[in-house]
Amino acid sequence: MADNIIEVKNLKKYFKTPHGTVHAVDDVSFNIERGKTLGVVGESGCGKSTLGRNIIRLQDPTAGQVIYDGQDITDLSNQQMKRMRHDLQIIFQDPYSSLNPRKTVMEIISEPILFNKLMKGSSKQDVEKRVRELMDTVGLAQRLINSYPHELDGGRRQRIGIARALSLNPKFIVCDEPVSALDVSIQAQVLNLLKDLQKEMGLTYMFITHDLSVVNYFSDDILVMYLGMVVEKAPAEVLFKNPIHPYTKALLSAILVPKVNGNPDHISLRGEVTSPINPPDECRFTRRCDYICDTCKAGTPPLIEIEPNHFVACHCVKPEGITLQRTVGV
Amino acid sequence: MSKKAAFATPDGPIVYKKRSRLMETWNSLKTNPGAVFGLIVVALYILMMLLSFVLYTREDVVAINGKEMFLRPSAQHWFGTDEKGRDVFTRIMYGSRYSLAVGFGAVGIGLIIGVIIGAISGYFGGAVDILIMRFCDVLSAIPGTLLCMVLVAALGPGLINLLVSIGVTSIAGYIRLARASVLATRGNEYVEAARAIGMSEVRIALTQVLPNSLSPLIVATSGNIASCILSAAGLSFLGFGVPVPLPEWGALVSGGRTYMLKAPWMTTFPGIFIMVITFACALLGDGLRDALDPRLKK
Repeated sequence: MADNIIEVKNLKKYFKTPHGTVHAVDDVSFNIERGKTLGVVGESGCGKSTLGRNIIRLQDPTAGQVIYDGQDITDLSNQQMKRMRHDLQIIFQDPYSSLNPRKTVMEIISEPILFNKLMKGSSKQDVEKRVRELMDTVGLAQRLINSYPHELDGGRRQRIGIARALSLNPKFIVCDEPVSALDVSIQAQVLNLLKDLQKEMGLTYMFITHDLSVVNYFSDDILVMYLGMVVEKAPAEVLFKNPIHPYTKALLSAILVPKVNGNPDHISLRGEVTSPINPPDECRFTRRCDYICDTCKAGTPPLIEIEPNHFVACHCVKPEGITLQRTVGV
Repeated sequence: MSKKAAFATPDGPIVYKKRSRLMETWNSLKTNPGAVFGLIVVALYILMMLLSFVLYTREDVVAINGKEMFLRPSAQHWFGTDEKGRDVFTRIMYGSRYSLAVGFGAVGIGLIIGVIIGAISGYFGGAVDILIMRFCDVLSAIPGTLLCMVLVAALGPGLINLLVSIGVTSIAGYIRLARASVLATRGNEYVEAARAIGMSEVRIALTQVLPNSLSPLIVATSGNIASCILSAAGLSFLGFGVPVPLPEWGALVSGGRTYMLKAPWMTTFPGIFIMVITFACALLGDGLRDALDPRLKK
């Protein structure tokens, strides 16, 4: 029996718009094991961030369940949720808009501590000491304690965001594309920092990204999302060695290889993303898929375990054998 | 910027210093010559108003003196005298209490009510937002001066009623501005970060969103002080303002209008006083906006 820190069951998040209902997250289920990292990949607008925000209840799910550490947190009131929030934190994508421009580093990092009265009874010096510890932990020079965010570069700002998330001693952190706004050299630093923190503090991550090389380096398991649904789920090494779903194949072939003639096996997807507003009851990838078979229009495909721990949602893939045949554009 | 250097140079543990917002604002403000000028002028006007309470009585400014009509500016009468032989300088000094009260009071009413309603509208959205915005549409559909007149007529004449009517008339503008600014600010991720640490919506609105939405409001407010003084002047001219013999500045300008060629000092001097305070408020407002925003510090 795996020790799951997060269990998500049939989570749905719909947004009502004047044009119809947007199915941002549609019937997503998965578990995250304690101390592991789940990578969530998919293109822009596929519902990755919405999924992350729903799990830590920054948004309220339309339907489904989120179970944290054995406790259903889906219907907790704001007051009850306040205590859970210590354990569930988030690191944001954009280090420029995720920090209040009117607060100094000290104020930003100490705000969660002071607001939640975590250090009740201890002096201001103790809070300051704690902030300095956190700054050390994330590799932020202590002399920056009086700075405003705009005085610092992107990497340092992201470290402030990480320190803020750590200040409540969380157990589970949603990393919402934490490095995609940073340049490559800084990306590596921040990724290594996150990895080290995980080892030291036993953190569990849900790592949202659209950068596949990052997710391979970082994750234990990978969840591939397309238009609000999970299309493939597998341990990282399995997924990279043996991608099954046509969408995953196309995604992986998009990774750049250092070869003069490029990647000969590159798959280009046709068309654009289908609208998530009132999607028809069929496989959502049908309209862009190169492997259409006659069952594609017969409802949304369920996730099937085709080998241990490797799940795929595709009508054309049968558990007894992989029968995927390229049918379009051959 | 010696203070900044003290923060940044030594590498290693450095003393945490609470950066006092008030001191930082002041330090930044005093490096801005326009803002300093504006501040000095506003201070002088307030000083003038306070002095007028000590120096003059109501009798000094309304008493008619048939022997000294239309005197040119001289050592005796610095700004000359008007058609009833009253000293223009005295009247301007005395009138400052009305004009400044209307200018700052009306803006204060409009700003406070407008920001509260606008922030609620922008932050919480939904049905409340629609309701408030339609209310604004109704308010803006009526011409400002007309609305003022209707309100004064309903409330009765007097300084306080004048001030309230002008303030109420400007509310719609403040609501719209505050709403737009809050809408732009609340989409920032630091708002979500505050939610993630368990802050309530009201607290987020007050501590995270509102302080970051103030810049356009400060600028609009400084501009509005002048337009409120001018509205009061217009209403006085129409007989809806401060009762006639009292020297509200707008009343002085409109009263001297008839004698524009014969005694131009009657309109020029109060006009200059209105212009200077308008200019000073605009400069001070610009300076304040820059000083209150840590991102704009040099």
